[in-house]
Amino acid sequence: MTSTMTSAPDIAATPSGQALRFYGLWAIAAIALVVLPLVFSSGGSLTSFSLIGIAIIFALSYNILLGETGLLSFGHAVHYGLGGFAAVHLMNAVAARGWPIPLPLIPLVGGIGGLAFALLIGWVMTRRAGTVFAMISLGIGELVASSSLILRSVFGGESGITTDRTALPHIFGWSFGPQIQVYYLIAFWVFVAAMAMYALTRTPLGRICNAVRDNPGRVEFIGYDPHVVRYLAYCFAGFFAGIAGGLAAVNFEIANSAYLGAVQSGLVLFATFIGGTAYFFGPILGAILVTYLQLGLTNVTSVWQLYFGIIFIAIVMFAPGGIAGLLMMHRPLIRAGTLTMVIPSYLVAALPTLALACGVILSIETVARYTASEGDGNIINLLGIPFNATAPATWVTAAILIVGGFIVGRITWRRIADAWDRAGSIARDRGYLA
Amino acid sequence: MTPAIEVRAVEKRFGNVSIIHDLNLSVAKGERHAIIGPNGAGKSTTFNLISGYIRPSSGEIRLNGDVISGLRPFEINRRGLSRSFQVTNVFARMTVWENVRCAVLWATGYRYGFWKNVDELPEVRRRTAEILEDIHLSHRRDVPAGLLTYAEQRELEIGITIAGGANVIMLDEPTAGMSHAETERAVALIRRLTEGRTLVIVEHDMSVVFGLADRISVLVYGRIIASGTPEEIRGNPKVKEAYLGEEAH
Repeated sequence: MTSTMTSAPDIAATPSGQALRFYGLWAIAAIALVVLPLVFSSGGSLTSFSLIGIAIIFALSYNILLGETGLLSFGHAVHYGLGGFAAVHLMNAVAARGWPIPLPLIPLVGGIGGLAFALLIGWVMTRRAGTVFAMISLGIGELVASSSLILRSVFGGESGITTDRTALPHIFGWSFGPQIQVYYLIAFWVFVAAMAMYALTRTPLGRICNAVRDNPGRVEFIGYDPHVVRYLAYCFAGFFAGIAGGLAAVNFEIANSAYLGAVQSGLVLFATFIGGTAYFFGPILGAILVTYLQLGLTNVTSVWQLYFGIIFIAIVMFAPGGIAGLLMMHRPLIRAGTLTMVIPSYLVAALPTLALACGVILSIETVARYTASEGDGNIINLLGIPFNATAPATWVTAAILIVGGFIVGRITWRRIADAWDRAGSIARDRGYLA
Repeated sequence: MTPAIEVRAVEKRFGNVSIIHDLNLSVAKGERHAIIGPNGAGKSTTFNLISGYIRPSSGEIRLNGDVISGLRPFEINRRGLSRSFQVTNVFARMTVWENVRCAVLWATGYRYGFWKNVDELPEVRRRTAEILEDIHLSHRRDVPAGLLTYAEQRELEIGITIAGGANVIMLDEPTAGMSHAETERAVALIRRLTEGRTLVIVEHDMSVVFGLADRISVLVYGRIIASGTPEEIRGNPKVKEAYLGEEAH
């Protein structure tokens, strides 16, 4: 037996090795949060990082429901939005009355706002899981979103309620006017909230949430009321969503009805699912990717939502474990030392798959330019090559890329499967794959 | 002495259909009691009634002298009654270790706790390790329960059932679908693990029933037609006619 085979799992198995890896990961995350804006210091990237940070907390809070407890909510943004409104109202009150509450504490008030509503409606909502819960969450989401337009004094109607974050008492001489200061405020809360949500999964309640997700009927026969478990999980999810909403209010200096609407609820579902619900870091990846795409794609194409939909469908169909699931699939191969057997097949498959993707993008853009947005002009810029949407040459190119990419791609995809069979069976023989 | 389980005049109707009529059953403390009967006699329904999975339409069920009919399953479980299921009913995506640990948590008093690290509870860790040792699954502790073999899942099912330390254990066909060797292993396991506790077991395998039980009740069409020691049941003509007769072909 080679030494690599025995040593890797042994380090993970010893408590001290586990602790070292655990604290190492969090330390790296903390350093990354501090260093990021120093490396990418443009205003645009600061704004992006701030939005990504908020999305990470929001997606992690959603995964307390979806990944940990097995509750599919279509109205999670309600808690995000109410957290935002709680934060905005308090910020205005602090500014008007001169209370000694500094800005960094405001997100906590957002959390309390999200928690309060969860405490209020959660008990009724979590009586049943599955479709019943999903439908009620959709109804509550619509209910709150529509009342936000009716109750103008609380929600400010269409325009929302604005605030001024610099009007709060300064702390450490920080006014929180510059975006960099807001970024560090968000980064601090991302770190604290992520740590707290991770810790939650390692508590008795967190473990029982998983048990309720897997088999709520059985949980009743080991002494637990699954309704109480779901309710507690719902309250925690509401609290952390409220923190994210509070941070959004600080960042944008406004809270409006869009915060608590179905679009926002859909986005968090998107991000969490694309990232992967089975691993704690999955929603983090999803939040980063979805926010980045949202910011990036809107500049490049008018039909960015279409691409979102395609990505989502592709993940649901081909990688239901999300990006995290795809990555973690390779862990047994790494341990067994057979990862090198599959990598070449990936590289070979990358080219035709990329061609297929380019063909699809080209045809989508051609149609989009032709029909919807003629004002954009007819030049499609793909990988630095300009294509004229009205030229038959472009259509032929798209067709060739799609058909050729698919035919060649299918062969290479099969070779990935074959390589996986070989690498997997060796990993299974060595005891790294069940 | 108060019986561990006492079922008095329990009836269960679904609409107009009565599937359990006038069920009377008494299981003494420390007894190993088997319930046998043909398919559809209401054995699993009896289990479901006692464990709170369904409520009786009328009648009364007592656990250690306290009325438990009408309580929810988790309330009954907290009073010291734990059951297994005929169809394997584990937490499929969680590891073997986590399955057993979840079943230990309530009994050790950690309940819905969200302020303690579950990996740093020495008592929970010790009891979980003990149970795993008992059900011979220590070497499989990090395998997701859904990936275990069928026999291993049945053993895990028993482990989850006994993990909470309940003094009344109810096992619903624990050896169903097992090979002869696996059955023998399972019976030895059940005998050892229920030492000093009350056991109620539903079982089709007559060698298991007569080898394990102190007393046997025969359930036919929702009614107990006989209750007694294995010898009495073997010699009972009513039982022979209703049940053993059709088995002993």
